[in-house]
Amino acid sequence: MKRLSVFNVVSLTFGFAFLYVPMLILILFSFNESKLVTVWAGFSTKWYGELMQNEAMLQAAWVTVKVAVFSSTIATVLGTMAAYVLVRSGRFLGRTLFSGMIYAPLVMPEVITGLSLLLLFIGIGLDRGVLTIVLAHTTFSMCYVSVVVSSRLATFDRSLEEAALDLGCSAAEAFRLVTLPIIAPAVVSGWLLAFTLSLDDLVIASFTTGPAATTLPIKIFSAVRLGVSPEINALSTLMITIVTVGVIAASLVSKRALVKQRQEEQEAVRTS
Amino acid sequence: MAEKPLIQFRNVTKRFGDFTAIDNLTIDIFEREFFALLGPSGCGKTTMMRMLAGFETPTEGEIFLAGQDIVPVPPNQRAVNMMFQSYALFPHLSVWENIAFGLKREGMPKPEINARVEEMLRLTRLEKFARRRPHQISGGQRQRVALARSLAKAPKLLLLDEPLGALDRKLREETQFELMDIQEKTGTTFVIVTHDQEEAMTVASRVAVMDNGQVMQVATPADIYEAPNSVYVADFIGDVNLIEGKVSATGDGTFALHWRDGAEPLRVKSPTGFAEGQTAHLAIRPEKVTISAERPAEAANAVQGKVLDIAYLGNLSTYHVELPTGDIIKAQTANTRRISRRDYTWEDTVWLSWTATGGVLLAN
Repeated sequence: MKRLSVFNVVSLTFGFAFLYVPMLILILFSFNESKLVTVWAGFSTKWYGELMQNEAMLQAAWVTVKVAVFSSTIATVLGTMAAYVLVRSGRFLGRTLFSGMIYAPLVMPEVITGLSLLLLFIGIGLDRGVLTIVLAHTTFSMCYVSVVVSSRLATFDRSLEEAALDLGCSAAEAFRLVTLPIIAPAVVSGWLLAFTLSLDDLVIASFTTGPAATTLPIKIFSAVRLGVSPEINALSTLMITIVTVGVIAASLVSKRALVKQRQEEQEAVRTS
Repeated sequence: MAEKPLIQFRNVTKRFGDFTAIDNLTIDIFEREFFALLGPSGCGKTTMMRMLAGFETPTEGEIFLAGQDIVPVPPNQRAVNMMFQSYALFPHLSVWENIAFGLKREGMPKPEINARVEEMLRLTRLEKFARRRPHQISGGQRQRVALARSLAKAPKLLLLDEPLGALDRKLREETQFELMDIQEKTGTTFVIVTHDQEEAMTVASRVAVMDNGQVMQVATPADIYEAPNSVYVADFIGDVNLIEGKVSATGDGTFALHWRDGAEPLRVKSPTGFAEGQTAHLAIRPEKVTISAERPAEAANAVQGKVLDIAYLGNLSTYHVELPTGDIIKAQTANTRRISRRDYTWEDTVWLSWTATGGVLLAN
């Protein structure tokens, strides 16, 4: 092991403290006995119990998950299609314009996206609710998906598709049987990205939501305006836990797959 | 070779924007032939192959496969299969599934697919690797999987795009003979694209030498080497001495090449006629030039010079001999004796000689 210099230790400590102290405080106070968030009065898990009794909160969580699943799925389909067309079809009239327009929503302020969607929904007389949030989230997350998928497609060996055509596939079959299975990891990570974006979006959701469809971020934000309750801390701790477990699991799975592939490659070299 | 053209290119031209990749090309490829398209990169050989596979359409002209115009036929409906340079094996499928891929698309019944895949695995000696994925086998094995996959559908025509380019030299030589063997066993017409002349000469029954979108010569490997029809082909294939001069006929199919003022004219036999005083090149291969210490008594052509350089290749040595005129002529001899007993060394004065039929006379 290389010894770290004092300077390195200090900068590491500060860096990680900067990132994680706020979260640690939040987790700590979710186990606080007292109703006052800033005063420690002993360990307790009662706020987790109360959270489970809170119908409105659970309802909001359910809406959020529903919106995230639907919007990320639709966004993945549309984003993958867009990426495929932009990477594959070579030069066509307006290609530069299209690929620029795909990326524009990435840098567009969310307030503007939210406001314009709101105006659209009012204009076409669509009642605001779960459907409108799903549409709004699909709109802004599909460009993230298409960025992820198109970067995978750019390194994709085209002769694989040509081989599929050569062996008797139609273009659609070649996509389904060859392209899609190979780019699947990128599609999945695009889906996960869209899912997470939808899960924690507040701005666009609050523009496009209706009375019947309150998502968790909206619920938390409005609850906090009345004062931070330990219940919110408990909820946030749960969310942090779920996200952390998810991220660690995903990285473990991909690491194991990589190690396995390396081993198999070495095996192949040895046996040949 | 059955004298029935399987493939006919009729005045085919292919342009990519301003660039003409194939220029008004007409060529026949016969059934059961092992045909090589040979040329430097950018000569249009890959474009020709991709037009046969259906990935490119000619700008002008027609391509016939067994009498049928295949230009409007999409790649998935042609009785043509291709082995890709990168092999293009499907990484998510096993060796077995890769080979079965095309058969499944055809809707072949399952027992027949099994039998056919087993047959292909046997042919390419891959039985042990059927369950492996492409990344679990070596480069040489991948090459054989690609071959098995493209042969599985029993195509009328198999296209091979630089099939051995990714293999190391020793494996490449072994695989060349395997390819020829498989071609003979299956009776399929093979068209191979390569920039490696040795490979083309070894495997092919006929070679087309291409340059700038045009076919320069189509002939057997021996004819391409021994009787090139142009300076380009002579120079592209193997090593050659090119001597430029003016021709005069001396009768009986023999010509004198006046190549330097004051030098003795060189005598060449040529089946093609030349006009008096026409400029031409004598092309003579280094191994057809004999090197000796004394002037040989009965040589048709003999010149004296000084050894400038010796390229030692182990089995062969090539002597670069500088003539008094400043020209350099290469002579190659087999090293039948150990190198320490070599007769000539640097700066030695030697005689180079060759017969009247040793070289060919080529018009410019």
